[in-house]
Amino acid sequence: MSPLWMALLIAAVGSYLLKLAGVSLPESILNHPKVQRVAELLPIAMLSALVAVELFDGGGRYRVDWRTLAGVAAGVIALLLRRGFLAVFVVAISVTALLRLIT
Amino acid sequence: MEEPLPQRGPILKAAIGIGLYAMAFGASFGAIAVGSGLTVAQTMVLSLVMFTGASQFAFVGVAAAGGSPFAAVSASLLLGVRNAFYGVPLSQILHPRGVAKLWTAHFVIDETTAMAVGQATPRAQRYAFWATGLILFSLWQLGSLSGALIGRAVNPNDVGLDAAAPAVFLALLWPFLGRREARWVALGSAVVALALVPVAPPGIPVVAAAGVALVGGLRPSRQG
Repeated sequence: MSPLWMALLIAAVGSYLLKLAGVSLPESILNHPKVQRVAELLPIAMLSALVAVELFDGGGRYRVDWRTLAGVAAGVIALLLRRGFLAVFVVAISVTALLRLIT
Repeated sequence: MEEPLPQRGPILKAAIGIGLYAMAFGASFGAIAVGSGLTVAQTMVLSLVMFTGASQFAFVGVAAAGGSPFAAVSASLLLGVRNAFYGVPLSQILHPRGVAKLWTAHFVIDETTAMAVGQATPRAQRYAFWATGLILFSLWQLGSLSGALIGRAVNPNDVGLDAAAPAVFLALLWPFLGRREARWVALGSAVVALALVPVAPPGIPVVAAAGVALVGGLRPSRQG
């Protein structure tokens, strides 16, 4: 089995076990205020780090493809206009694809 | 015979709406996953077994950037921690017992939790959980598969798919940013991750950003 398959299965089963833990663990553990606060902030931290890395990490060095950046910036405008996920997605990839086509 | 549930229509309508949205989301996941180098089978195992969108995107994002398997696993599990916390309200609503916990747990995600806790009566809550869970699961698979097959046919960069992952993460992050504390955590995490890019192995900058959530959550709150 390749390392990618192995990691994929561990991550997939692990994600399921986290859900199972939630419906199985005694409530007192998960209801602790500090634990809950960390849990609320975790997705925010991870998502923000993912955005930053996707945009500026060129494999261990800083690199920006301005066409990708422009596409995501257009996505931000869609978000500011309170568009849904789908519109943001379509706007971001269309702008990037278009810029790549003409430059 | 039990009386028909009065809120059945509106709940079902909302669940189908969420499902269609998930199908589009799933299609983008499939296309990005295959574009990042995963096979169609690997993409589908993620959708079928992991079945929690943000973690799936994170796994693909970190693995595609050349991150170690350890970093990809950590990033997806750290994002999946929130699902464990959804178990608290959902256990009180669904009261799963024994082996029923095994299949109930699989459907514990953002959308099913939001739909279930949003209903007024216990019966409507249970119905909302299962209707949303089953519809969303089916359409998520359909979307992932179509996206994966489309992704195999086109060059992902030509169609701008490299902008899709950051745009999707940003769209997922967006609703949280109304709170001041969340904005600080988001900013801090981005700074930590970027600072580590030149020095840490691929994937680790994202995992390390979890430390910001830990510091933010454990620091003494001003209200006491």
